[in-house]
Amino acid sequence: MLEPLIFEISRKGREGVSLPACDVPETAIPSELCRAALSLPEVSEIDLVRHYVRLSHLNYAVDTGFYPLGSCTMKYNPKANDAAARISGFMELHPLQDASTSQGALAVMHSLQTMIAEIGGFAAVSLQPSAGAHGELTGILIMRKVHAAHGQTERTRILVPDSAHGTNPASTAMAGLEAVEIPSDARGNIDIGRLKASLDGRVAGLMLTNPNTLGLFEENLLEVTRLVHEAGGLVYGDGANFNAILGVARPGTMGIDVMHFNLHKTFSTPHGGGGPGAGAVGVTRELADYLPGPIVASADYTATAPGARAEGRVGARAGKASGRALYTWCMPAKSIGRIKSFHGNFGILVRAYVYIRMLGADGLRAVAENAVLNANYLQVRLKGTYPVPHGDRTCMHEFVAQGKLAEAPDIRALDISKRLIDYGFHPPTNYFPLIVPEALMIEPTETESVETLDRFADALLEIAKEASTHPELLHEAPHTSPVRRLDEVRAARELKVTAG
Amino acid sequence: MSFIPNTDADRARMLEVIGVASPAELFHDVPKEHRFPLLDLPPALSEQEVLGELEALSQLNAQGGATPSFLGAGAYRHFIPAVVDALVSRSEFATAYTPYQPEISQGTLQAIFEYQSMIARLTGMEVSNASHYDGATSAAEAVIMSLNVAQKERPRVLLSCGVNPQYRAVVRTYTQGMGLTFGGDENLANGIDELESMCDESTACVMVQYPDFLGRIPQPGRLLELAGKVHACGALLVAVVNPIALGLLVQPGEWGADVVAGEGQSLGNHLSFGGPYLGFFAFRRDHIRRSSGRIAGETADHDGRRSYVFTLSTREQHIRREKATSNICTNQSLNALAAAVYMASLGPRGLRQVAELCWHKAHYAASAIGEVSGYSVAREQFFDEFVVHCPASVRRINEKLFQKHRIIGGYDLSADYPEMKNAMLVCCTEVNTKENIDRFVGALEDCRHA
Amino acid sequence: MEYRFDETVRYAKTHEWVRVDGTEAVVGISDYAQDKLSDVVFTDLPAVGKEIAKEKPFMVIESVKAAEDVFAPVSGTVTARNEKLIKSPELVNKDPFGEGWFVRVRLGNAKELDSLMDLAAYRKFVETL
Repeated sequence: MLEPLIFEISRKGREGVSLPACDVPETAIPSELCRAALSLPEVSEIDLVRHYVRLSHLNYAVDTGFYPLGSCTMKYNPKANDAAARISGFMELHPLQDASTSQGALAVMHSLQTMIAEIGGFAAVSLQPSAGAHGELTGILIMRKVHAAHGQTERTRILVPDSAHGTNPASTAMAGLEAVEIPSDARGNIDIGRLKASLDGRVAGLMLTNPNTLGLFEENLLEVTRLVHEAGGLVYGDGANFNAILGVARPGTMGIDVMHFNLHKTFSTPHGGGGPGAGAVGVTRELADYLPGPIVASADYTATAPGARAEGRVGARAGKASGRALYTWCMPAKSIGRIKSFHGNFGILVRAYVYIRMLGADGLRAVAENAVLNANYLQVRLKGTYPVPHGDRTCMHEFVAQGKLAEAPDIRALDISKRLIDYGFHPPTNYFPLIVPEALMIEPTETESVETLDRFADALLEIAKEASTHPELLHEAPHTSPVRRLDEVRAARELKVTAG
Repeated sequence: MSFIPNTDADRARMLEVIGVASPAELFHDVPKEHRFPLLDLPPALSEQEVLGELEALSQLNAQGGATPSFLGAGAYRHFIPAVVDALVSRSEFATAYTPYQPEISQGTLQAIFEYQSMIARLTGMEVSNASHYDGATSAAEAVIMSLNVAQKERPRVLLSCGVNPQYRAVVRTYTQGMGLTFGGDENLANGIDELESMCDESTACVMVQYPDFLGRIPQPGRLLELAGKVHACGALLVAVVNPIALGLLVQPGEWGADVVAGEGQSLGNHLSFGGPYLGFFAFRRDHIRRSSGRIAGETADHDGRRSYVFTLSTREQHIRREKATSNICTNQSLNALAAAVYMASLGPRGLRQVAELCWHKAHYAASAIGEVSGYSVAREQFFDEFVVHCPASVRRINEKLFQKHRIIGGYDLSADYPEMKNAMLVCCTEVNTKENIDRFVGALEDCRHA
Repeated sequence: MEYRFDETVRYAKTHEWVRVDGTEAVVGISDYAQDKLSDVVFTDLPAVGKEIAKEKPFMVIESVKAAEDVFAPVSGTVTARNEKLIKSPELVNKDPFGEGWFVRVRLGNAKELDSLMDLAAYRKFVETL
């Protein structure tokens, strides 16, 4: 045991925080409403602080070192973002206050809606979804409702590439639709023949991650989206890999009808140990009425059809937040409904806003160019030693290598990953995408220096040698981390999920 | 600035290794006519300029720190001890990823295990997950879990109209593709009696809120009876609860709840204009394999050290894909950490004391408001929110309250319950001082003819 | 990789086995299947009395990294289930043809056994994978 549980540090009678005395006359509390006991830790503040500080020392983080997790975009999280979120006029603002007392926050949200729409090539944006998967569910529900509105309720299938992230079929199932898998071809693109064979009147749409999880830009993108549209379907864009084409291409102009953006990936908001994030969703003009709501509208606008709720037009031009326009909430006329409470993860939204304002258009493009440059550099350095199935193609912001070494057939991706920890690096994504055996998905991001990339490549090359000369170093790795390999079987069999 | 360390010289060296002349050449797969669009965005600003602009914008917001506020309705102002933000902002927690490499993520994993344990104890349930997005989506996931427990053979869901209207809306949004029917919340007059009589073998779950959206506390004994009837029908009882209230009130595990959902924002998380918040989610161990969201479990490492790892991942999307219990991946991990630190810093006595302060201040306010001519207070037992029937529209009263008195009034219930005209949901927590409350009561009197 | 085989059973393409015992049969999964799953942590056994249909999934078996459907190799009614697996799911890995059995069924249609593979055929099949 490295650090006791907080319950083990607890001692009867100890106290952390002190509270003020009651300054009003008390009202009797009926005893039958009261609980008998509550077992929470009793610790002094110093013990509380030391406990969590020591726990924090057991974590690897972006602020510690390189984190090349493919499709996660572990870029540096600017501290200015956090400072903005902590401004008390935002941090202490209640979401249900009248719009007239929240104009500053509404202005930020409206501006972010507009800027994301501009960046992605979309007509309207909702900032309500809390995460990428949440955005996916939103997007699929939108597609489903659009088809229903046109009387096409037989469109119950969503085509999902075999390289797709697990959230894609999971979101499809939650929306009540059927996920149908489309294979990739030898070049890593969607198999056009199989796509054509699957497109019929039962297809609601295609979910596309571009660049895909092999790190490759879909070479037939325009044909793919055209084929889906011709068959009466819609195209959903999973924006997990958008860092590769920020400022380089706009999915909304290339046939994507609805897309989520992961603000906690592309737009530098911190990952928090697993969350929170935000999954803004952009749509074309035709789908704008279906967005979840409420969204922010600027009041230089009038309601359209009688009975329609005042529809929001997302600003005439992308621009900085200005306090002068009057911002209001509005519910899109044919909305799929509310997808979460209140308006969205504002604390995350304001961070993304700051990031985009600090970068500007040129800065965003530089992000993509450097992210792709860094990935290609690593691909070249590594592909002579590790198999890279699509190493003949230019990769985008990430590439997939295989943890397979001809001279060491007993070594697997898992062993290589765990040994990387001993070299001071977080491993890349393991065993995903499923279509590449022993996959190591490597995404450096643009915020890493060439020295870091070289150290990482050197480490992997060294590990490749160790695989032949000292395989046990890999099989038994990690050796230097706070704990060694964990018994996951025991965790699943015993299922001890609460303390004592 | 774009936080890119490499210089032109670095890039030149890398380009040479790759064998291209410029980074632009790496985008040859992007259709030519769509490559390098001109983005109409405002020019880049320095950090100083952006933060300055945001400070100015923030001044346009009236926030409850400076302005007395009696607004609750699902998001609550509570005092957050300084220790919470100090610990949660440590970058080892804030900039870490999901702990998929447990050997170098024991900080996050143990903190989550402790959070799960605290939520389980607070709610009286056997197991908690590592978080959902918020109270509303947690309630939706509770409904989906009930459907899965019933093997998708029960298509009916009963919702009390006392459940937060936003939560009921999100439940409907989430399940719109699942062919369900809903009942119970079509009529404000429907209470526990009606829910009991509507429950039958087509019902997957019955959902109640405690205290409910209008502030009312059903008797635990009555809820236990409801649970009995619900279980006799083969359905599950889902409870949406207020975690601060649970510092004082009987926990749902005691009155027969099967799944507990709710909003954890009150536990150490700032109002932040609506998010990021925290959906807590706890349930009976029997149903663990139908549950959604990450779960941290205890195990040992190769050398026998006690350690923590995500377990039962076969329920989740990255393994089970379309058969997963939910699509959730990213959750609210850092907000869960804040909640755990908050609960640990208060301890059982502190949390009870916060709940009692809320109770006393709210009851003091209710009593005083009830004395003001033109206003009457609903009679049911409440915790820290109560309904005030006002002599004029709540919208106009709130306008005058703010413009003339710089007070943020309570929630206008007519937006959600059309039959409740001129009804304001007033909330008092431990941060509302007697002085503020007295001022509010005086201001309400002044606003009678708004 | 040397897999174990049992000569007293017949095999399905999806790696389940059947051992006939009069009008009943015992069902489990092969050594190849348990090896591919790796350490079993949970078996979601069907209730006694449940009807199972050939080639349709009738339960789920879970390891740390996968949760797989188990397909009925024959049709019938479940007459018994291996309660030992609740506490000791690792029996499936240790003794897949013996102690790691899943259910006993009353056979619905003995002819269904004909389309299953014998040891030789199954061994050949596994070699192609």
